[in-house]
Formats: sequence, C-alpha cells, structure tokens
Amino acid sequence: MTHPSGGGIADAPGPPADAPRGEPSEGGGEWVKSELQRERERLRRRRDLRSSSVATVSTIVFVVLLVWLVTASPGWPRVKETFFDLGQFGDAFPDVLAGFLLNIKIFLIAEPLILVVGLLVALVRTLHTPVFFPLRALAVLYTDVFRGVPTILVIYLVGFGLPALELQGMPSDLATLGVIALTLSYGAYVAEVFRAGIDSVHPSQRAAARSLGLTQGQTVRFVVLPQAVRRVVPPLLNDFVSLQKDTALVATIGPLEALRQAQIHAADTFNYTPYLASALLFIALTIPMARFTDYLAARSQRRRGA
Amino acid sequence: MSGPRETAGRASEDTQDTEDAVLRVENVWKNYHGHHVLRGIDLSVDSHEVVCLIGASGSGKSTLLRCVNLLETVDDGVIRLDGAEITDVRTDPDDVRKRIGMVFQSYNLFPSMTVLGNITLAPRKVHGVARARAEEEARELLARFGLADKAGAYPDRLSGGQQQRVAIIRALATRPRLLLLDEVTSALDPALVGEVLEVIRELKATGMTMVLATHEMGLARDIADKVCFLDGGVLLEQGPPEQIFTEPRQPRTREFLRRVLEARSV
Repeated sequence: MTHPSGGGIADAPGPPADAPRGEPSEGGGEWVKSELQRERERLRRRRDLRSSSVATVSTIVFVVLLVWLVTASPGWPRVKETFFDLGQFGDAFPDVLAGFLLNIKIFLIAEPLILVVGLLVALVRTLHTPVFFPLRALAVLYTDVFRGVPTILVIYLVGFGLPALELQGMPSDLATLGVIALTLSYGAYVAEVFRAGIDSVHPSQRAAARSLGLTQGQTVRFVVLPQAVRRVVPPLLNDFVSLQKDTALVATIGPLEALRQAQIHAADTFNYTPYLASALLFIALTIPMARFTDYLAARSQRRRGA
Repeated sequence: MSGPRETAGRASEDTQDTEDAVLRVENVWKNYHGHHVLRGIDLSVDSHEVVCLIGASGSGKSTLLRCVNLLETVDDGVIRLDGAEITDVRTDPDDVRKRIGMVFQSYNLFPSMTVLGNITLAPRKVHGVARARAEEEARELLARFGLADKAGAYPDRLSGGQQQRVAIIRALATRPRLLLLDEVTSALDPALVGEVLEVIRELKATGMTMVLATHEMGLARDIADKVCFLDGGVLLEQGPPEQIFTEPRQPRTREFLRRVLEARSV
C-alpha cells in the first residue's frame, strides 16, 4: 500500500520504487491497473459520493424551507384561493388551451419570416458596393429603430396604426398584424445575430475563397454563410424561446390567444388561476426549446474544445 | 494609385526580351499605416521557374505574394501576369485570381465542406466544370498525393500536414498558371513538414511555376531556380541557390543565413 494515510486527493507523485506492481510497466505491454491508481479511484468515488449526498440534503432542506416560508406567510390562504383553485383551473383550461394554439400558430408563422428578414438585413449590411448604399443605410436604420422600440409598442403601432392607413390589401386580422409586428421587432435582433456570425468568420477564410477566384457574392454564399449560420444556431434558438413567450404580447391588441382567454376568465370570476394555466402552457413550450438550445451550445463548445 | 512614373519606359522595353515571363514585378511599393513593407521590388518569374523568397519575418515576403494575388493593392509600381498589367485599376481581380493559385500558412480550408467539397468548389463555381468531372479530377489529385481515402473527411479530422496537402491540391485543381505558397510549412509540427515538402518537390518535377515564401532553407536549396533575399522590404540579392547559399554577396544575406543555420543546429 503506497498511501496508507490517503489524505484526500490522490495526486501524490508516482509510487516509490518498492511499490508493489502487478506487471512491469515498461515496453507498452498489457495495461494492468497499478495499486496507486486503484487507491486513487477509490478516493475519487468516495469524494463523489460525499458531494452528491451533500447536494441532495441541501436541496431537500432548501425546498422545505421555501414551502414553509410561502405557506406560513399571512396572505397565503388568499393567494391559494385566487391562484391555485383547481375548479377554476379545470373551467378555464380548455379555453386557454384553445387560445394557446393561436400563440403556437403566430410563433410558427413569425419564426420563418423573422429568419428571412434577419438574414436579408444582415446580408445587406455586408454589401459594400456603392450602388447599394441606400439599402445599407436603410438596413442600419431598421435595426437601430426596431431594436430600440419596445416590442409591445411595435405591436400597438402596427396593430392600430397600419389598419388606420386604410391601404388597399392591408390585412385587418389582428393575429396577422401581430405576426407583422413581431417579425419587425425580432427581425432586427436576429439580423444582429446573423451579422455577428458573419463577422466571426475569420478573414483568412475570405482570403482563401477570393484567391480561388470566387466573387464576393460566391464567397459569402459558399464559404462565409455556412460557417456563420452554424455558429449562430444557439443564440438564434435563444431568441426563439423569447419569441414564444412574446406571442402573448399580441394579446394587447385583442386576438383571442392564451393570455387574452385567461384575462377573460379572470375578469368573470376575479380568480387568477387561468393565468397560472396559461403560464404553465408557455413553460411547457419554452422549457424543451431552452434545453435543446443548451444541448446545442454544449455540443458546439465540445467541438471547439476538441 | 499615382501610376508608374519612372518604370513606364523601362517596362515597355523589358516585356520584349522576357516574352515568356509569367510574372513580372516592377518597382512595387506597399505601405501599411505609413510603414514601408515593400520598397521598390523588381522580380521576374519565367515559365516553369521556381522562385524562393527568403528573409526574416516582416521582410515583406508574404505581402509581396498577397500583392501578386491582388489580395492587397500596391501603392506604386506594376505587376504583370503573362505580359498583361494586373495592377491596372480596371483589371477584374477575380479574373486574375482564376489564373493564380495560392496556399496559405494556416491552410485556410473551409471547415464546413469535406475535402472533396473544398477541392471542387472553385472548379465548379468559378470555372464551370460539371460536378462529376470536377470530383473525378479531385479524386485523381488526391490519389496522386496519397490522400485518396480522405475525400469524404472534414478538414478538422485531418492532421496539419494532410490539411496543407489538401490546400495545395485545392489550389492546383483550377490548373493555375502560377502557384504562390506562403510559408506553407511554418504552422506544421516538424514531423509533418516532410510530407508537404514532398508534394512541393513533386510539383517542381511536373514543371509548375511557383513562388514560395519560405523559412525552409533546405527546400529553397533543393528546388529553387532562383533564391531572392528580402530585407526590410527590399529585394537585396537574388541568384541561383548555389550562389546565394555558398557565397552571398551582401553582408546582410550572410548575416541572415548564419543566424538561420545557427538556429537549426541548436
């Protein structure tokens, strides 16, 4: 036994010459785990076991404390009544769910539109031909304005402003107007994400592509964009998690989506449980997306490290 | 561009006696932020000739190559490719680069494409070769340089030496008139330098016209028809390798070679 004391992490230098070994280690033969390594692994296992039990105990204590703190608060019976009413939950849930389908629809239509707008704006900002100067200036103005204005304001302005123009063919459907507003607002963010991705591709890649005779456009299309898009997938998904919940902002101009349905029920009964129902639905949608984003981010991290 | 002033007359008479010069560099100047990187370089490269540029880091070797490929614009002077001035502001740089291949120190393979995709990109998109034909030619080149089994691999799965060999093949695939190699072995593990040098030797044997910026004095001695020593942006001395390496005329060349050889022997 080389480490009879074994005081913690077994990172002592190699075993002394007289350490008992299964096999001589010279000459790359079959590996027989040394006594030192076995002891090291024993210690490591013991340490891991200890840290996981500490984590479990502290989590339980924390949750018990939290529950006790909430339920012991003086207002708890009231809160329980108005937010956690099972009967109300059952009554409101079908309507809220029906409304939530509209949220999903808005999200599914807005998302591809946002990707197109964002990519186009980002590409326009990379054009340096003089002819395209006005386009480039417009793209800069667009991102500056729509990143600066709160999404809810954009929804008001589009929802009430566009129909007021009374233009021929202007959609008057509130959900459609909501999609337009979300696309305008998120398009600006997504354009910046794409632009960051494009800028992150090393100039030497462009030099290599140009030296092969590829034009500026071909270089962007075949060399820069494929790399840029791959890099921005995690931040894009992050924006989409945020978009999923921001579909609820469209409620402010009136279409019957989940939040609006919950508001209607809550206004009838003065009970807020429908809001909880709608919150649960949003969480059920965003959590898987968030985990997927984490997974992709971790994967690209691993790849870069490799 | 202020245009070639004193070179104009000389250039016209030179083009007559060097009809077969692939590349002619005449009095080329280049500044970076007020610092002169190239100070009136004159250089001529004939067909099938291999020219090695040697000199310390920062002497202007890479900049000269990048100017020839129009990745940098010259501040003065003229560069001619096959007799035609390519530094003319009306020249389409894409058209020039179609005829010049370039290999970089850091390989610069496109990570989003397989080896085959990297090699066939320019033939397909720039030269309009059909995909099947481009891939067939790419596979032939890969086989010739011992990389036949790597066609479907992505660059990050290859060793540095393999990546650089692929980068050379990528540059060859467009059948360039002239190949520029910018310190192609400098980023490599010493054990992997050999396989890349072998490829360059093979290219020399096939008669490829090449300009190499290199720190590999052994390679320069082996394959160069002409060795040029650059120092502080000036082409201080040029000549056949036997002369440059054994009896350099310039004291600065002697000093540079002495230091390089000392570093090697340590």
